[in-house]
Amino acid sequence: MIFQTTKSTNLTNQQAYVLAHKKHHHRVTFFRLLILFTFLFVWEYTTSVGYVDIFFFSSPTAILRYLYDMIMDLSFFRHTGITLLETIASFLLVTFFSLALATLLWYRNSLSEILEPYLVVLNSLPKSALAPLLIVWLGTGSKTIIVAGISVAVFGSIISLYTGFCQADEDMLKLIYTLGGNRKDALFKVILPSSVPMILSNMKVNIGLSLVGVIIGEFLAARQGLGYLIIYGSQVFQLNMVITSIMILCAIAMGLYKIIQTLEHSYKKKTNTLNR
Amino acid sequence: MKPVLSLENVSYSYHNLKSETPALSEISFQVKEGEFLAIAGPSGCGKSTLLSIIAGLLKPEKGTLSFGSSCRIGYMLQHDHLFEWRTIYQNVILGLELNKTVTKENTDYVLQLLKDYGLYSFRDKKPSELSGGMRQRAALIRTMATKPDLLLLDEPFSALDFQTRLTVSADIGNIIRSTGKTAILITHDLSEAITLADRVLVLSKRPAMVKYELPIHFEIDRTSPLAIRATPVYQTYFNLLWKELSDDLSDNEIN
Repeated sequence: MIFQTTKSTNLTNQQAYVLAHKKHHHRVTFFRLLILFTFLFVWEYTTSVGYVDIFFFSSPTAILRYLYDMIMDLSFFRHTGITLLETIASFLLVTFFSLALATLLWYRNSLSEILEPYLVVLNSLPKSALAPLLIVWLGTGSKTIIVAGISVAVFGSIISLYTGFCQADEDMLKLIYTLGGNRKDALFKVILPSSVPMILSNMKVNIGLSLVGVIIGEFLAARQGLGYLIIYGSQVFQLNMVITSIMILCAIAMGLYKIIQTLEHSYKKKTNTLNR
Repeated sequence: MKPVLSLENVSYSYHNLKSETPALSEISFQVKEGEFLAIAGPSGCGKSTLLSIIAGLLKPEKGTLSFGSSCRIGYMLQHDHLFEWRTIYQNVILGLELNKTVTKENTDYVLQLLKDYGLYSFRDKKPSELSGGMRQRAALIRTMATKPDLLLLDEPFSALDFQTRLTVSADIGNIIRSTGKTAILITHDLSEAITLADRVLVLSKRPAMVKYELPIHFEIDRTSPLAIRATPVYQTYFNLLWKELSDDLSDNEIN
């Protein structure tokens, strides 16, 4: 008892703060894991005792077994690899096209005014409606799927990047003009450098949307990939295949998001450490 | 000697689809070389419009604007607008970059300015690491780097707190005076106008006209704003200007 009081008085306020922060952090992690494991346990238990039909709902161990088989016959790498490649390809193309177009729209004010209704329509159109057309035009295969991935993300991305560009401080642009610069200087010296954080957070949205588009594409026009496995598995009532593919998709989505987030963090860190 | 800048009957209105808002009406004045001119007026009277016209960002609708032999203009805005993604040095050479005149001679001049104004050791820092006063000095160096013939100061101290404001305005006033630059200061702060300027123009409320002109002269050294503010002449100047300005203010209140 005495020991405890001396210990607590030895703690400075700073240490106490850090301790409380850590405690909070641990608690959050604990409850996150608790949810995951409870879910897995209930799933496994209910299917194994037969409350829930394992044929329709699969089970964690069945998924692990299926995943193991997929890895052993290498189909895991083929399907995951192709989905990943298509997603990254469409993400890079989305980033490139939306940056280029948003820049052009900013550069030519009247162009953005003219194109606005078209962008709004294309952005609100459910892109899955375009997929059958894409198949007719481009055939089945990766080309169609990448285009589907692009079509889902690109219009929203153009609009949000353009809106972001327009929110740059008017006075900063005025500064450029008074120092003898033109609109091109304003673009390269103010608009683009000041928009880096906005562009990075836009990329986080795009990577998720590209994945959505790629899966829609694979549903309709693929012979391989996770989207194909999901559709094929449901047609032949191989629910293990379907649910395992969905689990892999979860992992991919999380991984891709984390990569962009790391990029964002390292940018923030870079600007912050330079600040010190 | 030919004036650095002369305006004759310059008028300007803002337009929208419904109406026209006259901002400046028949403004005429001249600025001599090396003169420090302050322009004061009630807020919203079109002071900034006037500077935008002088800087060439807006074209006057009526009247003429003519410059002396050369007309390179340096514009200092209300906020320093130093770019956070550039170091102080990169910020102050922005004008040189834009004019494609990043030469050894010019960068040496910039480095000298940084040394003179106590920012040399901060040249590789980011703007957020500097105090308000230092940032405003950096903004002045950025303006001076292109060696302008005429400095336009658009309420450059109004975003600073009172204490910083006194020291920074004295600092910048001394820098401009010692380099012999011609400058036009826009302000709504009469004390600032009197302590810094050689001449004060008072504008009327919108549409702005030149209402009153007051040459400022002090017997004592101008480097210390506090000493100037303690003189009886200062008080006389202040009262004269205040009367002119407040005529308009009371009109406003009646309307």
